[in-house]
Amino acid sequence: MSFLIDSSIMITSQILFFGFGWLFFMRQLFKDYEVRQYVVQVIFSVTFAFSCTMFELIIFEILKVLNSSSRYFHWKMNLCVILLILVFMVPFYIGYFIVSNIRLLHKQRLLFSCLLWLTFMYFFWKLGDPFPILSPKHGILSIEQLISRVGVIGVTLMALLSGFGAVNCPYTYMSYFLRNVTDADILALERRLLQTMDMIISKKKRMAMTRRTMFQKGEVHNKPSGFWGMIKSVTTSAPGSENLTLIQQEVDALEELSRQLFLETADLYATKATINIVFDRVGKTDPVTRGIEITVNYLGIQFDVKFWSQHISFILVGIIIVTSIRGLLITLTKFFYAISSSKSSNVIVLLLAQIMGMYFVSSVLLIRMSMPLEYRTIITEVLGELQFNFYHRWFDVIFLVSALSSILFLYLAHKQAPEKHMAP
Amino acid sequence: MASLDRVKVLVLGDSGVGKSSLVHLLCQNQVLGNPSWTVGCSVDVRVHDYKEGTPEEKTYYIELWDVGGSVGSASSVKSTRAVFYNSVNGIILVHDLTNKKSSQNLYRWSLEALNRDLVPSGVLVTNGDYDREQFADNQIPLLVIGTKLDQIHETKRHEVLTRTAFLAEDFNAEEINLDCTNPRYLAAGSSNAVKLSRFFDKVIIPGFPDRKRFGGGTLKSLHYD
Repeated sequence: MSFLIDSSIMITSQILFFGFGWLFFMRQLFKDYEVRQYVVQVIFSVTFAFSCTMFELIIFEILKVLNSSSRYFHWKMNLCVILLILVFMVPFYIGYFIVSNIRLLHKQRLLFSCLLWLTFMYFFWKLGDPFPILSPKHGILSIEQLISRVGVIGVTLMALLSGFGAVNCPYTYMSYFLRNVTDADILALERRLLQTMDMIISKKKRMAMTRRTMFQKGEVHNKPSGFWGMIKSVTTSAPGSENLTLIQQEVDALEELSRQLFLETADLYATKATINIVFDRVGKTDPVTRGIEITVNYLGIQFDVKFWSQHISFILVGIIIVTSIRGLLITLTKFFYAISSSKSSNVIVLLLAQIMGMYFVSSVLLIRMSMPLEYRTIITEVLGELQFNFYHRWFDVIFLVSALSSILFLYLAHKQAPEKHMAP
Repeated sequence: MASLDRVKVLVLGDSGVGKSSLVHLLCQNQVLGNPSWTVGCSVDVRVHDYKEGTPEEKTYYIELWDVGGSVGSASSVKSTRAVFYNSVNGIILVHDLTNKKSSQNLYRWSLEALNRDLVPSGVLVTNGDYDREQFADNQIPLLVIGTKLDQIHETKRHEVLTRTAFLAEDFNAEEINLDCTNPRYLAAGSSNAVKLSRFFDKVIIPGFPDRKRFGGGTLKSLHYD
């Protein structure tokens, strides 16, 4: 009986998460696009729902809500579903949508998407071989095998992102402060941009008139195409078309310059905006610091260790979960806006769903470290005999590698554009 | 023959609707072979015969400013784009017939471009709501162009064209629906070509007294000798 009640609670919460994922997709990610394939939205929301359910189960574990056996059952079921989605469904649909975009292969879409999926499975399997992830007494298609591989990918991803973020964040804020953008700078850049556009326009006017007179005189300007075209253009070419090619080259260079100026101006506006925001924010503290302040206060007073450890770990784990979900969603949204287009939006959203799912699964693996011993048992039970220590060491290694390469990358980029960072 | 008179027409619309292909078709009468992302703004020039076929025929250069980006961009990108919206003589709003969102976003695009002129400090004071009265006394001629007509199936065509007719009416503008990869839609003598010609004529000499406010000035012909 209690099992039924527990299951209904779980299902209700899953439906809630599904609805939230659906809304997020509609309102945030896809607000500039039209959803033509609803299957994409469904897959995204389902991945989100099951990922959040995993975190919910951890919280229930700490709070000792629900029956222990039903918790275990739901853990297993949740893991199976998530693995099914991450290893079978999402990669298959990614392949399907990629193939749909290519016009040539349109007829045999299903065949090619199956082929793509098989290739993915092959590489996915091979991924696990060099890692000492699990003890050799398990069969081929067991949960542990799949989770271990998903975990490796997810942990690598998290470490890469964390490493880059750890280096990039202070660097960007430092450069924002050092630069001290004034309105005069922005105006000067804008003037240069408009001047460049004017130069482009005057050249294009000449080109347009030349083309018109050539057309009226009956000459035709053929761009030299192919090998023989080039040879011909060397010996016989009307003076008009020669002029055109020359001016076209100048125009190309000017257009490149205008693009650079545009990006620099946008950069300056962003810097100005960030400085305003950062200065406004001084004085407010984020929730983690406040939580620590409260904890320290309580530590000063006499307290019952057992009683508080449960609550503190709950708060801590909850904070970790909420901030990481929020951070992930924000990063995904920014990333999506930056690179998507109306053709590739489906593929990119599915890729993001895949990354999100893997990220959440590996978060569960890593969060085990932050939990006190008595709460770790459920994760150990469910996930079987994974070598958890391996994951933690792997995270640290990748984090270091990522941070070092970001430092190198930023240093090189800094050297390339020294004038941008000189104070006026 | 330096002349201070510019005829500037903005081409606005969402990413990927086909503005660059359209501008290339209008200016060079050729289909754009390799469309790629427009970063910032790309300009092209169209040679237009004002009042063609009449004794008052004159040739003008019309600058088509193809501003790239999306309506939901960060405010820093929007502020950068705003520099292109100065002294505009006409606006072409481009939307994708296969994508309803791009048509809806045209309201926001037009507000972004038009408000730039009304508020000299460059700050957008509107909350983004569309107001028909704003377009009723708008002096700048608008033209609505729908692209990718070839990708609309015959059976859906009527429904799509009705929707776009309402859209054009909201803007108090003419509309043209075409496929940018096929020059025959703008062939000389076709109704589309006539509408286009009429639009450019309106841009060059609008029938309203306070044209100076939008930076027009007197008109001289721009013959190239």
